[in-house]
Amino acid sequence: MSIDLSTVPQQIVNGVTLGGMYALIALGYTLVYGILLMINFAHSEMFMAGAYFGLLFLNILSKVAFFTSSTLGFILLYVIVFLLAMICTGILGMLTERFAYRPLRHAPRLAPLISAIGVSLFLQNAALLWISSRSIPFPVLFPVKNYRIAGANVSTLQILIVVSTILLLIGLDTFISKTKIGKAMRATSQDRDAAGLMGVNINSVIALTFFIGPALGGAAGMFSGMYYGNIKYNMGFIPGIKSFTAAVIGGIGNLRGAMLGGFILGFIEAIAAGFLSSGYKDVIAFLILILVLIFRPGGLLGESVVEKV
Amino acid sequence: MGGSKMDVMTSIDSGKLSPKKIALYVVLALVAIGLPVYFQSVGNAFMVHIFALVGIYIMLSLGLNIVVGYAGLLDLGYIAFYGMGAYVGVLLGYVFQGITGGPGSALAGFSYWFLLIPAALAGALTGIALGTPVLRLRGDYLAIVTLGFGEIVRIALTNNIGGLTNGSAGLPRVGEIIVPAAGQKWVYLNLSSANFTFSKDLFWYFVIVALVLLAVFVIRRLDNSRLGRAWVAMREDEVAAAATGVNIMQTKLWAFSLGAMWGGVAGITYAYWVGFISPESFNFMESVLVVCMVVLGGMGSIPGAALGAVIIAGLPEIIRYLAQSPLLSGVLTAEQASAIGDYRFLIFGGLMVVMMALRPQGILPSKRRARELTEAEAIIEEENESLWEAEHKHDTPHGL
Repeated sequence: MSIDLSTVPQQIVNGVTLGGMYALIALGYTLVYGILLMINFAHSEMFMAGAYFGLLFLNILSKVAFFTSSTLGFILLYVIVFLLAMICTGILGMLTERFAYRPLRHAPRLAPLISAIGVSLFLQNAALLWISSRSIPFPVLFPVKNYRIAGANVSTLQILIVVSTILLLIGLDTFISKTKIGKAMRATSQDRDAAGLMGVNINSVIALTFFIGPALGGAAGMFSGMYYGNIKYNMGFIPGIKSFTAAVIGGIGNLRGAMLGGFILGFIEAIAAGFLSSGYKDVIAFLILILVLIFRPGGLLGESVVEKV
Repeated sequence: MGGSKMDVMTSIDSGKLSPKKIALYVVLALVAIGLPVYFQSVGNAFMVHIFALVGIYIMLSLGLNIVVGYAGLLDLGYIAFYGMGAYVGVLLGYVFQGITGGPGSALAGFSYWFLLIPAALAGALTGIALGTPVLRLRGDYLAIVTLGFGEIVRIALTNNIGGLTNGSAGLPRVGEIIVPAAGQKWVYLNLSSANFTFSKDLFWYFVIVALVLLAVFVIRRLDNSRLGRAWVAMREDEVAAAATGVNIMQTKLWAFSLGAMWGGVAGITYAYWVGFISPESFNFMESVLVVCMVVLGGMGSIPGAALGAVIIAGLPEIIRYLAQSPLLSGVLTAEQASAIGDYRFLIFGGLMVVMMALRPQGILPSKRRARELTEAEAIIEEENESLWEAEHKHDTPHGL
């Protein structure tokens, strides 16, 4: 196997773009896990739903001449579309929590997981049956330029994706660590009952968690649609699993860990895809997941968890 | 409380059949044997095919029931064992053909019968190979890792690993065949008459029924064995089970490999019945479907697992068939019926959610399990609360 090092800068750029998306999705897994100790299996469908909502609003709003006539219009268009898509995905996330997970809050551990698989199956097939079974093109309405930076091609899209991802990550981090609601969320994740006794409304904190996580996942879904140019009803499965891997790499339940894990996984995957056959690209994430769980189940930033009785 | 406990225990342990139960078994046996023969005699090969397919899923569902229902380990990559059995069966079949002198030789037909046990072992050994490193993981982690494993197997098969699997084109390759099992031709020649053909599908249907009966027998025995009790104890409380002398790793590995074994048996049977396998038959959705069957029917219950398979694999097809028959053609149009088939995943997804909220024990729960889930709900709730607390205490240092 010949190794061509000249492609490395390009793969780093691709890795960062991919890693940003993984980080956004991974946050949803880690937030929910931090508070409810459950893997929200349906989170990959939030990613998918975000892309579909995004396309819907893009189609509606791009008919308005104001948005497509000037640069300012384009910026406004995308900001509005992103916000709307994120809000809708967030509401979808809250609905799944309300109907699928809340009744099971004290059930044995397997029950919410099975319920989550059910939600995932339901949403995927709802998109398949009621929208389309084929992949739908996702238009990019502004002109995309390519810049050559340090031997790598960087497109406007990649810059947009990476910059917005970083803004969202910083925003979330500030929200959790600085605001009062963020404090309530941290308190709930530490000890739900004690937080409740201190006057935190547990139900609304959990609902908020199920709004933020899916909203970020939805944003990632839109990025993915723009980046790859099409969306499909089952687009969430593979990125979902990989992002879960990212969350585990970073230490599930740990926000900064999820961000770090996302970028690490993006890097590894982009580099590996360059040097291994692309057919095995998806295997890498699964292998890393298995290895991390076996050798360092607490992740990079998490600490090892000792089972107590 | 003590008295009712005794009643439940004795009713579980007594293997006596009430007349009602005997009648039920007779009716079931008549339906299971009579209906496919009837369909064959009226020339409806499609329904015979569906019956055999449902049989395969019952086998899978029974096998997964050991892992999910008895041992409480959620395995989302169960279909990998099914795939393993199918591919190992077909590939060893080539070897067998080579030894016995080509696909045309008289002995080659015995390859299925001869390879049934190796395929079962292949499933079981894969189970052990996967289980040994990952079974230490907690429930939800285990689910994701098994999912990853299932995908790795499927991707490896698709990528023609070692030049063996012929990639997405599947096996057998052009010019090769999976030799029909010995017996298939015999029943065709000897049991067919002028207006009844003992077809390949019907032959395999009976093979599958025999295997399912064997599975039920073995699993029932297991359920009432020391190992079965260890599984239940471990499922309910791993630490307490370990404290009373259950070897957790070993018990989990037994569950994993015995469950995987039936996946292997179902795999080779499917391969020799249909005569063609490709990686797409072993995708994640199939794993989820089998989990649905176990959950819907009732985790830890043999009749439940079977019923779940009948409902999920059979019902949509049966509705589709009925819509075309004079029985229902006035009520449902063919389009409506096939729409029901299309909507099945949507319905199953919704059903899983509703099921978990309203009837987590499934349609036909095992008596033991139902008792835990209903009568002892308050106790379990209390336990979960304190468990939740204990689990949360050490997440405290960093939290979010």
